[in-house]
Amino acid sequence: MTVINTILVPLKRVVDANVRVRVKADGSGMALDGVKMSINPFDEIALEEALRIRERGEADEIVVATLGAQVCSQQLRGGLAMGADRAILVEVDRELEPLTVARTLLALVQREDSQLVIMGKQAIDGDNNQTGQMLAALWGRPQATFASHLSFNGGVATAMREVDAGLEVIEVDLPAVVTTDLRLNEPRYTKLPDILKAKKKPLETITLDELQVEPETQFRVLGIEPPAQRPRGVKVGSVDELVQALRQKELI
Amino acid sequence: MARVLIVAEHDGRSLNPSTAKCVSCARSFETSAIDIAVLAGDGGAVAAQAAALAGVTGVIRVDHPANEGALAAVAAPQVCEMAADYTHVFGPSTTFGKDLMPRVAALLGVGQLSDIMSAESAWRFKRPFYAGNAILTVEAPQDRPVVATVRTASYQAAESTGKAPIREQSVDAALPAHTRFIETRSDSGGGRPDLQTAARVVPGGRGVGSKENFELIYRLADKLGAAIGASRAAVDSGYAGNELQVGQTGKIIAPQLYVAVGISGAIQHLTGIKDAGVIVAINTDAEAPLFEVADIGLVADLFAAVPELIEALGG
Ligand SMILES: Cc1cc2nc3c(=O)[nH]c(=O)nc-3n(C[C@H](O)[C@H](O)[C@H](O)COP(=O)(O)OP(=O)(O)OC[C@H]3O[C@@H](n4cnc5c(N)ncnc54)[C@H](O)[C@@H]3O)c2cc1C
Ligand SMILES: Cc1cc2nc3c(=O)[nH]c(=O)nc-3n(C[C@H](O)[C@H](O)[C@H](O)COP(=O)(O)OP(=O)(O)OC[C@H]3O[C@@H](n4cnc5c(N)ncnc54)[C@H](O)[C@@H]3O)c2cc1C
Repeated sequence: MTVINTILVPLKRVVDANVRVRVKADGSGMALDGVKMSINPFDEIALEEALRIRERGEADEIVVATLGAQVCSQQLRGGLAMGADRAILVEVDRELEPLTVARTLLALVQREDSQLVIMGKQAIDGDNNQTGQMLAALWGRPQATFASHLSFNGGVATAMREVDAGLEVIEVDLPAVVTTDLRLNEPRYTKLPDILKAKKKPLETITLDELQVEPETQFRVLGIEPPAQRPRGVKVGSVDELVQALRQKELI
Repeated sequence: MARVLIVAEHDGRSLNPSTAKCVSCARSFETSAIDIAVLAGDGGAVAAQAAALAGVTGVIRVDHPANEGALAAVAAPQVCEMAADYTHVFGPSTTFGKDLMPRVAALLGVGQLSDIMSAESAWRFKRPFYAGNAILTVEAPQDRPVVATVRTASYQAAESTGKAPIREQSVDAALPAHTRFIETRSDSGGGRPDLQTAARVVPGGRGVGSKENFELIYRLADKLGAAIGASRAAVDSGYAGNELQVGQTGKIIAPQLYVAVGISGAIQHLTGIKDAGVIVAINTDAEAPLFEVADIGLVADLFAAVPELIEALGG
């Protein structure tokens, strides 16, 4: 028997990492019409790690879940095509703060009796880097954040974490939450037959009500503005000119 | 009025400069207290450094063997216990603070603000999102604690001119045993300045081509007395350690001089250097996006230009 029966992997639908997004001219939000949307890259890494754990025979099943509108089922289908077993869409029609996302994920963990949640360290739109830590706190369980290596020995996970000083190794008892850093793995590409197969895998839609989660908004957004622009610089023609320019700015 | 508690980041011996930057953030709005909590195995030296920061009103020293490894799961319940006396609980937006503060917030049942870059008042802040492509102004409710991380690149470190009282406090909270610190592994950088606080940084990118070639970056950095940095591509390719990555998912820095060598300037990289003083780019591709933000650009082969630059900088 494996120690982990169900791994929960939350997938967030975000603007593709290659798209350069801008603030709308009237400052009412981001100009996102028609831009390419993808699975948050860190969540893709999380799913890849879960797949490898299952392929090593250390887990039985992988459930992907997202909170968002119906269109997010595209990203869930993407997760199923990568190899997840089933998907849950928690249908919500508004932006949620990380604490509400974490409360919802906790309800899913309990509903699915999951022993391991692997998720992105941050979503590349909100850039909050909070949700995993909040989930671990609410669950009263360990967090192994910014993981770049992960292994299991019975009910104990060993994680290498990317921290400012270099690498840190910690050990956590399962159940636990792991958040992924970029170098944990390289996600696989999905092949056409997998995409076709994914159409037949179960995708369930539920509501916050069913999970008994009351969305809460604490922070009031007063405005969105573009960042300050740096003044355009100069191109120099040679190393000598570069050295002169640095001297002029009294940097050398 | 606001009463701010700052959770100190340290390695057991020295206070990380990120803490002094949190103090500067707290000093930018009206407060009646700015206290620093030092959780450590033996926090004597660190508490003394914290007490010396200008503007600090008090230091709370909490010594406990379990605080040796700086684990978020262990620190969070202790911070929550102290939080009752404060309107704000701050930590730095370093990996230490990012790991800890959301856990503190959730235990207190409140949301968390990430990466404060400026404070318009004690309850109104600006923060970047979308890889720094947009700045959000948000207001936090006054009826509950504001738990936040401070974007360290946005603030200067508070000076060490103060002398606040230090009091010792014992741990009453139950501490979990489910998370255990094993070890830290770091390339100490060969005595070079610390990337996060250095006045000058020389980063190398994929264009440098190999770990061996990165020696050139080291030589230029040493000539300038600079810290080493790297793009994600350089780290992924094994040219440099992960702790040297600059960008959205690496370190956000604000050196006076940034000399980028063989880096294209992807949006995720640029996020990390928005507040740099002078950005220099050396790249063979005149169309590289880094040239759009560089103050001084040199279109050249790095293998010719960097040795020439080292030579020109002289002995
Ligand atoms: C322009 C704009 C305005 C906004 N205004 C508001 C507002 O007024 N009020 C408000 O409450 N929120 C608002 N938000 C939403 C908010 O900023 C974040 O998007 C949201 O709180 C989640 O934070 P994050 O994705 O940065 O979390 P992070 O903590 O960075 O995410 C980490 C991980 O959590 C998981 N995760 C996060 N969200 C989901 C999800 N939906 N589904 C599945 N997994 C998920 C993923 O695994 C992800 O990798 C706004 C967002 C934008 C873009
Ligand atoms: C979710 C996500 C997060 C990311 N986070 C980060 C991050 O935090 N930091 C980061 O840096 N990246 C990050 N990236 C990656 C980023 O998108 C780029 O891929 C990366 O920054 C590219 O690194 P580079 O500029 O070294 O490589 P390249 O883009 O390959 O550029 C190499 C440059 O070197 C130049 N060059 C080649 N040979 C020479 C020569 N002989 N002399 C001079 N110039 C030469 C080339 O013209 C080119 O411009 C992230 C990506 C994603 C998707």
